[in-house]
Amino acid sequence: MTLAQALSRRKFLIGSVAVLGGVAFGSYSLLRGPKEHPLGSDAPDDAMVFNPWVVIDARTVTLIAPHADFGQGVTTMQTALIAEELDLEPGQFEISFGGPSAAYANTALADLAIPFATSDRSALADGLRAATDASVAFLGVQITGGSTSAPDSFEKLRMAGAMAREALLSAAAQKTGLPRESLRSHAGAVHLPDGTGLPYTTLATLAAGQPPAASIALRPAESWRLLGKPLRNVHDTAIVTGALRYCIDLEAEGLAHATLLLNPRKSGPALSYDAARALSMRGAERIVEIADGLAIVADNTWRAFQAADAIDVDWPPSAHLAEQADHWAALEAALPQTGGGTVWRDDGDAAQSFAEAPQADRIEASYRVPYVAHQPLEPLSVMIKASADRLDIWAAHQLPGILRRRVAWRSGLSMAQIQFHQQIAGGSFGHRFEFTAIDGAVDLAMQMPGRPLKVTLRREVDFAQDHPRPIGMARAQGVVREGRVEACQMVAAGPSLVGSTVSRLGLPYPLSDSQLAIGLFDQPYALSDFRVAAHQVDGLAPVGFWRSIGGSGNTFFLESFLDEMIHAAGADPMAERLRLLTDPLARKVLEAAAEMANWGRKMGPGQGQGVAFSLVYGVPVAEVVEVTETDQGIRIDHVHVACDAGPVLDPVNFTKQVEGGVLWGLGHAINCKITYAQGQAEQANYYDHPGLRLGQSPRIDLRILQNAPVLRGIGEPPVPPAAPALANAIFAATGQRLREMPFADHIDFA
Amino acid sequence: MKLTVNGTEHEVDVEAEMPLLWVLRDELGILGPKYGCGVAQCGACTVHLAGEAVRACQVTAADAEGLAILTIEGLGQGDALHAVQKAWLLHQVSQCGYCQAGQIMQTAAFLEGRKASNAGLPTDPEIDEALSGNLCRCGTYPRIRAAVHTAARAVLAPLSAPAEEPRE
Ligand code: FES
Ligand code: FES
Repeated sequence: MTLAQALSRRKFLIGSVAVLGGVAFGSYSLLRGPKEHPLGSDAPDDAMVFNPWVVIDARTVTLIAPHADFGQGVTTMQTALIAEELDLEPGQFEISFGGPSAAYANTALADLAIPFATSDRSALADGLRAATDASVAFLGVQITGGSTSAPDSFEKLRMAGAMAREALLSAAAQKTGLPRESLRSHAGAVHLPDGTGLPYTTLATLAAGQPPAASIALRPAESWRLLGKPLRNVHDTAIVTGALRYCIDLEAEGLAHATLLLNPRKSGPALSYDAARALSMRGAERIVEIADGLAIVADNTWRAFQAADAIDVDWPPSAHLAEQADHWAALEAALPQTGGGTVWRDDGDAAQSFAEAPQADRIEASYRVPYVAHQPLEPLSVMIKASADRLDIWAAHQLPGILRRRVAWRSGLSMAQIQFHQQIAGGSFGHRFEFTAIDGAVDLAMQMPGRPLKVTLRREVDFAQDHPRPIGMARAQGVVREGRVEACQMVAAGPSLVGSTVSRLGLPYPLSDSQLAIGLFDQPYALSDFRVAAHQVDGLAPVGFWRSIGGSGNTFFLESFLDEMIHAAGADPMAERLRLLTDPLARKVLEAAAEMANWGRKMGPGQGQGVAFSLVYGVPVAEVVEVTETDQGIRIDHVHVACDAGPVLDPVNFTKQVEGGVLWGLGHAINCKITYAQGQAEQANYYDHPGLRLGQSPRIDLRILQNAPVLRGIGEPPVPPAAPALANAIFAATGQRLREMPFADHIDFA
Repeated sequence: MKLTVNGTEHEVDVEAEMPLLWVLRDELGILGPKYGCGVAQCGACTVHLAGEAVRACQVTAADAEGLAILTIEGLGQGDALHAVQKAWLLHQVSQCGYCQAGQIMQTAAFLEGRKASNAGLPTDPEIDEALSGNLCRCGTYPRIRAAVHTAARAVLAPLSAPAEEPRE
């Protein structure tokens, strides 16, 4: 059986290869090369690629954490998974983000396939997984390397660690002549019966020759040393001392500082521009044309910004609808009534139920969510250097595999000539999925060969280039009778998120985009009459993956309308949701949140509780928000969260992800929107789009249930319920129903 | 122009109006202060100027000349971390970490200021007010608040502060 055949029969295949001075352990994956792809490829069809996870040489043990860390703690998690089985203690290993490095030169690892990040912010992978259907197999290729779900990665990394451990034990047995069973691995060394410790590094070359262990049982959770307990983030000390280097901090000999002036309407290169004044400014070195604008090179980032400001540019009109009012009108037009669209769920006959219901039992409402930007705190930045026969590019990017192909295509070089160096990022939330800064940097570098260049986007440019969370609108009709919610039909309209995203990769997407209806049709509510449809509206602004993607708008629609129906029925929002929820894991999180919040307790004047539930990425989450109406406006006092993402590997990091997700959901719901005028975003910096600040940040309590059998990522699931739970709490406190984000357009916040 | 950063004097040849942030980052290679917004909206660039927390993107090189500039690199390193840095580690505050140098510098100046004026332990609203200009997109606020309380006890009431265990 060939390796490829073996692979296709197994979930994954772990192996080892000899590298310079040592050994690498990792997994194989099958790379199906695209036949004819616009981006081109050097990859042979059905090539095997080896993804190393552990590299041991005479100097050190290096754990590879190729899933880029955007602040979700994934580096810590990846290394802990390996270290658990490899019997390494924190601090006993170095961390590499993978990617081609000198150590791998001239070895089997020269062309690494770096897997797609799967663990916490797996929305991107999931969204793209939806895109891998049929016509866009190319994306599938890039992502199947690592778009394995969290549990798969969970096994793979531990298996690599276990395999390395077994090989080291065998190597030690060979070296000492002692029986294999008498040896023990512990804290980075193989220990002999007499207590002597042989550090792994002394066994590296010998380990490379060991035949792979036939079968290895992973250690059960009960015997874990590291996993399941609070882990210390590997970057913590570097962060608090200012030593952690992000992409924006990279330095190189002879480095020039550059910035990009990009078409804020995203409609191609400048029609004309005048750079004479800019070029005469102190420190300005060069101004070059790039695909969607200009690159300004100077000897200091600020001088590059100043020079960019001094350029007069005439941009072409936007290719999408220019004015925000027209975006809303396009959505309105797509929703003439609740019929039509792609039907995603059709239980019973909701339309008939509504038509037959007496007026008094009918509820109707419509909802809107605006475009919202990502804007992680580190702006987009790239370091790049073109040489005679290679192009080195340093960036934090969510799709390193596609990045290399795209850079190769753009630069005219071959894949083998593109060296990508993954960096740590100051946040992403889906933003570093885009190629805005990368494309510009490549165009620039090819015009300045030999020169290392660091490109930093000015915040205002980053805002203008953001591909926001999609705008959306929904109409809903419901029937309530005798204190119960009886029927619901909801129809949503918005742009195709996946279609928009893959179109920027030069690919068609002829399918119905499930993101338009995710969070609606797939929720485990057992309503006898329940219909969900969605209309795709084209010609709107280009949009992108945003933390929790489709769920962020749709959960607001469904959980708000459900709340309206429940109140109209005179029922209790918690009890009625529990009546409608059939899924036992979902019921448990809702019951837990109710208990934490002491749901239904007597609240003070101007106070209210609101609840919302969602099940996205397989993780049920219930949130109860408590608010008080004060003289300054609404104050969010407390959020109670219960969720079930299966076994939790690091409770501290898990809790931080939940806290961050809840605050992300609340902050954007309160005060963020992107609107377009003359084809460009009207919001330029954080004063226009602030998100939450410390003073608005509520107390958050979390109960982690672990009833689900499968481990899941927690980066996205806490986001969707936050906004509707807040709106529902505000209704309970004030009687005012919020049907449109951002809420601050309709009510004051303290 | 002469700038004194973390106790070391540097000669720099820059425009008087160049923001201190870019003098530190691109001229001196002091990279702890971060660029987030450039317009006093995020606080990622926060440093101390003569003991006061300032936005380095707003202070010009000329403004900073002759005054003591302290960046996160000079606040505490290795075994000699500042109480605020220790509290940040204890509470495992950071997510991406990009805002945290600014958060820490803001907090350190806030607590040192209270110490100088014998102001006592801060309340939540006082903490919220002091850090209102420091944005965290990752949402580390609950831990920031807890860490400020811990640091406040260490800085302002060191004798009464019991040793703390990390929270989980
Ligand atoms: S960069 Fe100075 S406040 Fe944002
Ligand atoms: S930790 Fe990421 S911005 Fe604060």
